[in-house]
Amino acid sequence: MTARQTLTAVIVAAIVMFVLPVFFDVLNLTTFAAYALLALSLGFVWGYGGILCFGQTAFYGLGAYVYAMTAINTGEAWSGVFLAIVIPAAFAAVLGAMMFYGRLSDVYLAVVTLVVSLILFRFMNTTAGEQYIIGKARMGGYNGIPGYPTLHIPGDPEAYIYDENLYYFTFIVLVLCYLLTRWLLGSPFGRILVGLRENEQRIELLGYDVRARKTAAFAFGGALAGLAGCLYANAAEIVTPELFGLGLAAEIIIWVIVGGAGTLIGPMIGAAVLGYLKFVLGLRAIKEIFGKDNPLEAPLVFGTILILFILFLPRGVAPTVQGWLSRAPLGRGGPARGGQRRRTRTERARPNA
Amino acid sequence: MRRGARDGVVEARGLSVRFGGVAALDAVDFTLADRELRCLIGPNGAGKSTFFKCLTGVLRPSEGDIRIRGVDCVGAHPHRIAGLGVGIKTQVPSVMNGLSVRENIWIAARKRNSTREANRIVAETLERIGISDSAGEPVGNLAHGRRQLVEFGTVLAGDPWLILLDEPAAGLTAEEAERAVDIIVEMNDRAAIIVVEHDMHFIRQLAKTVTVLHQGRILTEGHVDSVLSDPLVRDVYLGKSQ
Repeated sequence: MTARQTLTAVIVAAIVMFVLPVFFDVLNLTTFAAYALLALSLGFVWGYGGILCFGQTAFYGLGAYVYAMTAINTGEAWSGVFLAIVIPAAFAAVLGAMMFYGRLSDVYLAVVTLVVSLILFRFMNTTAGEQYIIGKARMGGYNGIPGYPTLHIPGDPEAYIYDENLYYFTFIVLVLCYLLTRWLLGSPFGRILVGLRENEQRIELLGYDVRARKTAAFAFGGALAGLAGCLYANAAEIVTPELFGLGLAAEIIIWVIVGGAGTLIGPMIGAAVLGYLKFVLGLRAIKEIFGKDNPLEAPLVFGTILILFILFLPRGVAPTVQGWLSRAPLGRGGPARGGQRRRTRTERARPNA
Repeated sequence: MRRGARDGVVEARGLSVRFGGVAALDAVDFTLADRELRCLIGPNGAGKSTFFKCLTGVLRPSEGDIRIRGVDCVGAHPHRIAGLGVGIKTQVPSVMNGLSVRENIWIAARKRNSTREANRIVAETLERIGISDSAGEPVGNLAHGRRQLVEFGTVLAGDPWLILLDEPAAGLTAEEAERAVDIIVEMNDRAAIIVVEHDMHFIRQLAKTVTVLHQGRILTEGHVDSVLSDPLVRDVYLGKSQ
């Protein structure tokens, strides 16, 4: 990515950041920014690494829990932020190493990651008892953990960052992570990773250790998801086992498909827009219009959206728009061009066609 | 023909691969000298591909020993074997379809070079295989023969000293096959090459030492002319042998 592209991205992001609060509630926006970071992590792992991780929530939830428990124990936030990145990344590295060195791929990988997430979900639900306590932090079972210290100015645990400032902080972190990911994709590691998505065997026959590279990419995705969980925890001020749940796990996949796998901006926009849609569908006013037989239950609406996109816009929004704007890609100029996604997907199904 | 066991860059001893009760390879001894160009032929089911897969680390032999420049390669991962400086081209073109021709070759060149050096090698390689005009195109958009060339390019860009080619002429037009022959002969200046092939016309054009496999064993070995005129070899190809 050139300096000019970076500058453009930063300027656009700054404008968006200041305009959004005019129309939307900042607490919602903070949550959507955390969702967007989570979507970015899956967009990277799946869209560029070709690793369909169905359990990205595992790292997200872990990030949130690690943050909450560390913050309770240390009485300040920043050690929590640090561990909320490092521990999910390490967990992803171990899990990834087991899968990739064990030669698991595709659908098995999706199942294993989903199951790991659901195991964490079940486990966290059972931690209501007195014995589940780490340091000063009770894990709280299905009630989750409330009342932990939230973000504050470094060095001053009383100077909380909240409301608008938390929103700006979260948004800026999101933009920085986006730029970092784009930089990574432009580096030799990223370019080879995209090659790996296209043809794992070829990369291996060129002498690259596919297992180590996939593990590293997966760990990076875990770190981003963990940070997203930490940011969410700061916005929500409570963490619950729902973070590991099946509902969210499925939603992330929908965000990425709708926004467009193979781009970074697409999943982020998908997450924010669908996050907002879910919020609207959850409003009491909507529920009262339809009463008991509400046809606009979120899962139903999301399922419909998913089916419509797969049928009519399988590449997702961002690649399609990019295709319209010009043949020149809006995203990184290098490996994965939006305009090529459709063909490469078919080709992956028939690798030798 | 040089068959000195000492200067063999590839040495296989007593190589056997059994699938259940079937021996796809049966105690094969094979030596390839440095800078040698060897064609490996045989009818379907002779064990050519099995042998190739053992060399590239895709398949672990049931018995026997493989050494590539003295390094024990039994059970080594393909990326380790490739990392020794071995260039491998598989039977079906194995290229990165969604990426441009340039990017395909860049990734190959980057393995052993800095980014800057890799960029230089890419330009050079595109020139050598004569595909500079489609450098920016996604490989998936190219015709089959062009994709084969791209795969040759990825092999070349790694600057290997040993090259393993599985059916390089498969699906090529006569003209493209000639181009492939030129490339192979040119690569032979710097590298030892094993070509697995059953297109006789293609092998005659390469005109080098040929090893004939039949039912998992080496039937005969020698210069292409004498081997192809050997009645035994003909019988094997026509399915007349027992």
